[in-house]
Amino acid sequence: MNRATRDNGAARAAGALALALAAWTVAPAADAGPAGVLPSAPLKATVIHWWTSGGESAAIKQFADAYNQAGGLWVDNAIAGADQSRATTINRIIGGNAPTAAQFNTSKQFRDFVDEGLLNNVDDVAIANHWDQVMPASILDAIKFNGHFYAAPVNIHMPAWFFYSKSAYKKAGIEREPQSFDEFLDQLGKLRAAGLVPLAFGGQVWQEKIMFDAVFAMVGGRELYLKVYRDRDVKAVQSDAFKQVLLNFRKLKAYIDPGSPGRNWNDATAMVVSGRAGVQIMGDWAKGEFSAAKQVAGRDFGCFPGFGPDAPYIVAGDAFVFPKTDDANAMKAQKLLATVLTTPANQVAFSLRKGSIPIRTDVDDAGFDLCARLGIAIIKDKARQLPNPEMLTTPDVNGELQDVLTKFWNKNQPVDEAQKAFARVIKR
Amino acid sequence: MKPMTRKNLVVWIALLPMAATVLLAYLGTMLWSARMSVSGSRTFPSYDFVGAAQYMRLFDNERWLLSLQNVALYGVLFIAACLVIGFLLAVFIDQKVMAEGVLRTVFLYPYAMSFVATGLIWQWMLNPELGIQQVLRQMGFANARFDWIVDQDMVIYTLVIATVWQASGLVMALLLSGLRGIDEELWKAARIDGIPRWRVYASIVLPMLGPSLSTAFVLLFVMVVKVFDAVVAMTQGGPGTASEVPAKFIMDYLFGRANVGLASAASIVLLATVLAIVAPLYFVRGRASRLKEA
Repeated sequence: MNRATRDNGAARAAGALALALAAWTVAPAADAGPAGVLPSAPLKATVIHWWTSGGESAAIKQFADAYNQAGGLWVDNAIAGADQSRATTINRIIGGNAPTAAQFNTSKQFRDFVDEGLLNNVDDVAIANHWDQVMPASILDAIKFNGHFYAAPVNIHMPAWFFYSKSAYKKAGIEREPQSFDEFLDQLGKLRAAGLVPLAFGGQVWQEKIMFDAVFAMVGGRELYLKVYRDRDVKAVQSDAFKQVLLNFRKLKAYIDPGSPGRNWNDATAMVVSGRAGVQIMGDWAKGEFSAAKQVAGRDFGCFPGFGPDAPYIVAGDAFVFPKTDDANAMKAQKLLATVLTTPANQVAFSLRKGSIPIRTDVDDAGFDLCARLGIAIIKDKARQLPNPEMLTTPDVNGELQDVLTKFWNKNQPVDEAQKAFARVIKR
Repeated sequence: MKPMTRKNLVVWIALLPMAATVLLAYLGTMLWSARMSVSGSRTFPSYDFVGAAQYMRLFDNERWLLSLQNVALYGVLFIAACLVIGFLLAVFIDQKVMAEGVLRTVFLYPYAMSFVATGLIWQWMLNPELGIQQVLRQMGFANARFDWIVDQDMVIYTLVIATVWQASGLVMALLLSGLRGIDEELWKAARIDGIPRWRVYASIVLPMLGPSLSTAFVLLFVMVVKVFDAVVAMTQGGPGTASEVPAKFIMDYLFGRANVGLASAASIVLLATVLAIVAPLYFVRGRASRLKEA
């Protein structure tokens, strides 16, 4: 559409112009101010992020306060919407007014930045603080390229937790958490027999993808998952094992309610909170909805990251990157930020409010809820960590896989066709 | 050639910002998009040359082709419905009804509101578990069914309904001003000849509304091409990909999927389509008015 491009182009041009003007008008004023002449002026850090909801902004405030206490000056640039926030970062870098730090998901989203040489590395901080030893391998793989650390990871989200309502489970006469996918399907049947919506689900493409990846990791297993997402193995996609993954994924469709298409994830969570639905497969950010309703993990709702004690634990999360700059003060600010963001105490303070778990394995888990404690324990086991697909594929490929899966989920597409479509995207 | 007078110069200077905007912001970015569409740009613009690779990929993309189909179906229905309803509303108000000002405002009001907000309300109303269907069932119609918005085959019609509600007021306003421009004498003459009212509207008034209708058409057409907010607010392109439209495709690839090259190729295809449809229309209109003058 010509308008979209035009608007975008115009917005970029206008944005660059506005920024240039702002820099021109603000800079002299700042120099003239009393802070500008003091030698010990605080290290100013402009930070772009998309954490705007109640819990999220409480969490990021922990980092801001810690940074200010460490002798910095945190300039908060919160932008609603992840896409919008990332677009702003890109535009500001192109426009020559890069922020000190900017949020991305711990994924391939910032890989192009690294390739174009647009980021400063934080090797000093990473080596001094032994990131290699304290952080999970899948996180390190996502931030470390050619031996350099290009981002400071701040949290781990596991996107495919199972949250269930204790009252719903009781009503359906289910006594234990499922140990296999078949047992899970059996429980969903019981929930339906009890007159409940078995699976709370929001029919939006990204939620469909999350549910698929959960089934993929559980049913297909670690090896197949990595073969498909990491190695782009077309044969693996055409295998019978992968066919079973797709078929099992679509089996879940029998357990959702007719109102699910287009529903937001938090509306689906509300169905579990109220006990109207049995279980939801969603990232650990859903805990915020439960705690907002004064529900406690283990008492009102239960959580399990998969079936059985060896279930894979999908690792995702957020990270801050540090756009290239030659300004000595800005570089100092970037290093201080990287340190503050990854310090154990700040890590705990942040994740407690965010609903995630810390990126370090050497933290005290005392203050966390049941689910997070479970996650912190699991993440220490290397064999259970599984990288999020977004860490293994580009945003482009990931998006097209969403298109393939949403078609398979919503239309009665033959499974062979879906396999072919999946393979075509993977091959690209 | 006329010598440049002082007044002329002032006019030209006053026009400069406008000309610069058109050249830079419109033509410039259009050319830039065209350049991007033959590059392999991902997150950042790059200036390599990959030929028609992005276009080939685009027309190999099922979702893009589906988006084009969807927008074509949507466009035909939306424009037809808006023109018919807008015309009927205009005729209705033209009957010297009471409280005309109030009614005009009421009909035009949806157009003044952001569709991001009203789209959400439409979404709730159409949701089978919250909206109209649920209300009907609570009123005792246990078998009432209105679940188009979650139905693969019907969802596109819900977009038509909601956006027709929004835009037909605009058509009404345009056609009403056209109707008001028609000479009273014409009505008197028709009455003397004993021609029925509907016949006057159909055979005399409607052809005279030609310019207003074509303006309305162009405005509606532009709305069709850029339809985005309605989809995002109501269906997010779903269920599945059943209500995907080209504008959403472009926005998704531009930012979320970090593929500036493919998004630019899609924009250029869309621009070409628009030109192919609107240019002949303008050509015919221009010729018609020249013929009239001659």
